[in-house]
Amino acid sequence: MWIDPSRPVERALVTHGHADHARSGHKAVWATPETLAIMALRYGTETGTPMPYGDGFEAGGVKISFHPAGHVLGSAQILLEYAGERVIVTGDYKRRFDSTCAAFEPVPCDVLITEATFGLPVFTHPPIEDEIAKLLAAREANVDGCILIGAYALGKAQRVIAELRRAGYDAPIYIHGAMQKMCDLYAAHNVPLGELILATGLAKAEMKGGIVIAPPSAMNDRWAQRLPDPITAMASGWMRVRQRARQRNVELPLVISDHADWNELTDTLLELRPSETWITHGRTDALGRWCELHQLKARALDLVGREEEDEG
Amino acid sequence: MQAFAALIDGLIYTRSRDHKVRLIAEYLRDTPDPDRGWALAALAGTLRIATVKSAAIRAMAEERFDPMLFRMSRDYVGDTAETVALMWPDVSTDAMAPTVAEVIDLLNTTSRARAPNVLAELMDRLDANGRYALLKLATGGMRVGISARLAKTAFGQAFGVSVDDIEEVWHALRPPYAELFAWGEGKSERPDPADSAFFRPFMLAHPLEDGSVDLEDFAAEWKWDGIRIQIASTGGETRLFSRGGDEVTAAFPEIAAAFNGIGVVDGELLVRGEVQGGEAASFNALQQRLGRKNVTAAIQAEYPVFVRLYDILFDGAEDLRSQPWSARRERLECFAASLDTVRFDLSAIIEARDFDHLAEIRAAARAAAIEGVMLKRRDAPYLAGRKVGLWYKWKREPLVADCVMMYAQRGSGKRSSFYSDYTFGCWTPDGTLLPVGKAYSGFSDAELKWLDRFVRDNTVARFGPVREVEKSLVLEVAFDAVHESKRHKSGIAMRFPRISRLRRDKPAEEADSIANLRAMIG
Repeated sequence: MWIDPSRPVERALVTHGHADHARSGHKAVWATPETLAIMALRYGTETGTPMPYGDGFEAGGVKISFHPAGHVLGSAQILLEYAGERVIVTGDYKRRFDSTCAAFEPVPCDVLITEATFGLPVFTHPPIEDEIAKLLAAREANVDGCILIGAYALGKAQRVIAELRRAGYDAPIYIHGAMQKMCDLYAAHNVPLGELILATGLAKAEMKGGIVIAPPSAMNDRWAQRLPDPITAMASGWMRVRQRARQRNVELPLVISDHADWNELTDTLLELRPSETWITHGRTDALGRWCELHQLKARALDLVGREEEDEG
Repeated sequence: MQAFAALIDGLIYTRSRDHKVRLIAEYLRDTPDPDRGWALAALAGTLRIATVKSAAIRAMAEERFDPMLFRMSRDYVGDTAETVALMWPDVSTDAMAPTVAEVIDLLNTTSRARAPNVLAELMDRLDANGRYALLKLATGGMRVGISARLAKTAFGQAFGVSVDDIEEVWHALRPPYAELFAWGEGKSERPDPADSAFFRPFMLAHPLEDGSVDLEDFAAEWKWDGIRIQIASTGGETRLFSRGGDEVTAAFPEIAAAFNGIGVVDGELLVRGEVQGGEAASFNALQQRLGRKNVTAAIQAEYPVFVRLYDILFDGAEDLRSQPWSARRERLECFAASLDTVRFDLSAIIEARDFDHLAEIRAAARAAAIEGVMLKRRDAPYLAGRKVGLWYKWKREPLVADCVMMYAQRGSGKRSSFYSDYTFGCWTPDGTLLPVGKAYSGFSDAELKWLDRFVRDNTVARFGPVREVEKSLVLEVAFDAVHESKRHKSGIAMRFPRISRLRRDKPAEEADSIANLRAMIG
């Protein structure tokens, strides 16, 4: 039995629907109902055993259960219990408020297997309200053009939309075709996103003064030429570093992330105080160093098939 | 400070020049004195805070952060100031964010030893963007893609005044430029600094390329290979300025002391070389006088400097710049007549029958300090900057030599991933190669790609960032002059070397010898 395997296997436990965690072709899958729905949407006919948060099952004497990770819709931490020993695999997680998914639940454990995507002390994600205010101010100042936001199609896009709604922005939001089904799926899971209009096929004038959301890959593409004078924004934790934003030709960096920032990572370690921490993808060296400084036993786990910066 | 921080970030993320100008103009209009004046100085590169060096920032970081975590973060971010700004914890104090003026005051009135503490206290009162702007402001390296000219253009746009009018008085004013803003806002006349000795922008020349001019309309004089210099004197005070307007009076005290005229003149600073029989020596000799903090009597005697005068901008208080070159030349000749001949002489006019004759004279000139010929329109006024059709520089043909590539180093900026800096050598009689120069220009982008590939495929050793290559590639190198130098093992060095051709057809052993190169020493 594998967790988030990068190749097709007999039996897979899947933490969440992002492509580098949820691959297609496994014989049997255990995941939350939302994650299974996302996999079905992406890969067609995938089926599996739904594991709502808090539910579990037993395999080979190990009790396996799923707990909210706060990363995207359906994201879960997986708890493994055997002979009184508790191991938690966080998958990707965050501790911030996110109206599009269930909040992270701290699970007491002996061994914590944590992500470290933003495992450097330079990564502190500012309050999302500030970033949304920045976005709305830029829109206000550019009513003759539009704001084009690059956002990952699963999770990030919906969170940005939901936060815009929470901030009182109720105009239609224009989306790239690649996000439509995922947005529909979120709406079907009780995440209201308001009125969304497909940008493809619209006249430039119709999108004037509007907000357009597209996957990062479409931003420098011919697709973006249909937009009226776009200001290029990007919603990502990597936008915290100026040079990163400039390298991607981003004019309006929005530091909005699905992942725990440095403080969330370290606070979670202090809160759970596991007797051992294994650090998976991301900056394993820096988080490892922090553990050393705080007398926490830790080691790095090298995982294959994890891209460093395709999401965040 | 927040408004300044927002401006800095806006400039970083904005690609369009016009939009950058607009952002700066808005800031200059909306921000009160003296903050906006300090900001203008920071953007134009005229702000100096003596107490803070980048070492202070590192010292501050090392006191607060684990050195390993700091190093890992610095490696990722690629900029010390930004790393510190991002790592610094947000301290929730009730202290108000400091104004730009408060920052400048605090840093200017502290000592170098106390500066890291003062800086740290300021950091605690700011958010991440504010901290970044603070550190950039304190160290003076803004790196936001703004030139001094663009900053002045923005000022002009903010207040509807011409950039030339700003340039005219800019160098007489000091940050935070209160008089400049008062004038911009129409509250006072343009500042009139007539009673001080200050810099006026130089008139510059375009290259002549392949054209020709009619000597009826143009006067010809030598282009001397020294340092362009402006001398401004009110009688009471005499100051010397280099091309960019930096004051260099302290480096050449004997010139300032000897200048007994009142006015502003334009000339070339040169060293009188004994070897040249008292004529102007090569630029190499002048380099011995540059960058010295302490100009001793011995140095003054060994490298005696003088100024060869080209032009006159002010005679007494009379502004001559609107007059034609021919009239200014007459005034200059009169003006120069009363100057000390040891320290000042006139740049001679070249008498040529026609342009072809001038070309002959130019080709025959090999004096060490001659870089080429200047062509100046006889009826042209003295205008700041490079104006089309008025002044031309016609450099003499470069010298060339075939050299062999020996080492290569990665470039910086947009060439940062390419091996683009090459050290090359020539042969000694016993068949070894000794380096004679280093060049990083002259080739096309396509040639750069080829060169980069050549370096990677032919590396024989690595020394940090430097790769030693197989000694097989011949580079034709063009240069303006060659002179004795201790910089390279060969004992000679080139002036302005650049790659003129890749000689992939030529076997390395047929490249030039050191002796060939030595024969070209002027």
